[in-house]
Amino acid sequence: MINKLLQLVFLLAFSVTGTADAAVKTIVLDGSTTVGPVAKSFATYFTKKYGIRVTVSESGSGNGAKSLINGSCTIAAMSRAMKDAEIAAARKKGVNPVAHVIALDGLAMVVHPANPVRSLSKAQISSIYHGTITNWKDVGGANARIVVIQRESNSGTQDSFKELVTGKSMQITGGAETQSSNGAVKTRVSTTPSAIGFLGLGFVDSSVKLIAVNGVLPSVKTVKNGSYSVSRPLYLYTNGQPSGPVKQFIDLPNTVEGKAIISELGFVNR
Amino acid sequence: MADESVGERNRSNAFVVTARKRTLQKVAKTAGEGMLFSVAFFVAVIVLFIFYFVARDAIPFFQICGFSEFFTSTNWYPADEPGEFGALAIIYGSLMVTLGSAMIAVPMGVAAAICLSDILPFSIRQYAKPVIEMLAAIPSVAFGFFALVVLAPLMQDHGGPMLMWGWWILVSPFLLLSVIVIADLLTANIKDEKRRQQRHWMLLIALGLFSIFLLFKVGSVLNGIQILTGTNALNVSIILSFMALPTIVSVSEDALQAVGRDIREGSYALGATRAETIIKTILPAASSGILAAVILGIMRALGETMVVWMASGNSSHIPEPWFNYLEAIRTLTATIAGDMGEADQVTGSARFHVLFAMGLLLLIISFISNLVSERIVVRQRKILSGQ
Repeated sequence: MINKLLQLVFLLAFSVTGTADAAVKTIVLDGSTTVGPVAKSFATYFTKKYGIRVTVSESGSGNGAKSLINGSCTIAAMSRAMKDAEIAAARKKGVNPVAHVIALDGLAMVVHPANPVRSLSKAQISSIYHGTITNWKDVGGANARIVVIQRESNSGTQDSFKELVTGKSMQITGGAETQSSNGAVKTRVSTTPSAIGFLGLGFVDSSVKLIAVNGVLPSVKTVKNGSYSVSRPLYLYTNGQPSGPVKQFIDLPNTVEGKAIISELGFVNR
Repeated sequence: MADESVGERNRSNAFVVTARKRTLQKVAKTAGEGMLFSVAFFVAVIVLFIFYFVARDAIPFFQICGFSEFFTSTNWYPADEPGEFGALAIIYGSLMVTLGSAMIAVPMGVAAAICLSDILPFSIRQYAKPVIEMLAAIPSVAFGFFALVVLAPLMQDHGGPMLMWGWWILVSPFLLLSVIVIADLLTANIKDEKRRQQRHWMLLIALGLFSIFLLFKVGSVLNGIQILTGTNALNVSIILSFMALPTIVSVSEDALQAVGRDIREGSYALGATRAETIIKTILPAASSGILAAVILGIMRALGETMVVWMASGNSSHIPEPWFNYLEAIRTLTATIAGDMGEADQVTGSARFHVLFAMGLLLLIISFISNLVSERIVVRQRKILSGQ
């Protein structure tokens, strides 16, 4: 909600400052909450170095795609690839979305630090989210009902989770709680002893405990060498091949400073 | 003498209305009335427009998917291909938190209003009412944050004791009152004064022991409950009741104040005690206003979005058993807020329109309850005025 309000404010500000020229003076970036921290750090760095203002709003990957299609942002940040339907919609409006992978991100399964469970298989995670396994004791934990936490339907993280772990066609149980950002999921998991949730690797800290998936713990190393299977690229989308300042911004992950920002935030350089 | 005549002339000039002045006044009057009318008309038109635009986007959903799935299925998978749009659990969740918050806020709010208007001395009331009304000024996102970060973990860690203390604090005054009233009522018919007294005391002791047993028994059961998830219907109901309280207190206090001093003094003059005056005279006289306050408060709870989105857990299922307030639920408002971003016209048409169907449902519910309260208020007024 707040993100959406912010987005609106930015949209208004953008429409007031004008259209043609604004692409050079301001870059408007909208989309994934997972990419958010990277985008914001990039924006701060970029503004300091080139004096060009970058506004970042985090309203979810789906909203990012929508904003790019509607022409209300210059760059869409997405934690999943654009869907065929979105690309078709973009083409119809004369927008040509071009993907740029800026980093890799592991999708980490997290539980409360007091939870004794260390490792789950993908099949077990699927059963938990499908609602067929409802108690921690069925997967080697204490006798307590599992509180399943998922993300809202705007979320690219949610789409990635379904694609990488449970399979796209599986329906997540109606009993699953829905939170609207990585931060909210972390808060819920860190305060709920019997909760399970999933986060972008960059958001994980000591308040939650990582679960090994199919025996592999997520880390920068295991994501980079591909042994941790639940990982995905993070994208920035532009309308056509970028040029000028937008290209400079998109190319940040190739610079030393950009790489430093990415790894500092817990994401994985390509 | 000269001064006086000058003064007289001036005075008479002041009351003479020239033709020009009269025209000006007429124009001003028409313009003023016209402006007021157009503002009022504009507001009415806005309401109609909201109905029109929401309905315009809601009706396509029913054309695509029909009514039965929306109202009877609990499968809410709007993102799937093809999507499932069963909103029964979501409608149920909305009603559940609204009822829950009403159950907390209405007795508390009305009691607080009575206390403010008839029991507290004026000097305290002067400060108490603005403080209560300040609750309404707290932004809902702050309430939501509190619910998510403070109340939810608190419920998970100390859920049982919290429920027990809540039960004791809320129920013991009501039990005490009802024991006294029931004992009085049951012995009222006994003619012999001595026997009546005897019976009265026996009943008081028996009922008192029973209610103390009830208090402890239910309290210990509640104490043993482990709350699994803090973002649940109870959490939201509590927070929503706080948000509805200022409305209920403020409006019903105004209604109680509107009952004139003459009625109160008449009641005292007939020998009624303060309790009798409040219960038998003032409350009935103010009941239509109190009802309006209650409906306003309930509408606030039904329409609230931010708190519910943050603290209800947003899981679209009907709790097991159906009255279990300790499970996560999902409401209409939160679903609209949460799913709007993804639901574009281009990516899935039914998915976009289903949210408007929910909005229309909310509109209709609030419209009907407004209508009902209006009817009740009118009827109450008729009864009170003796027609």
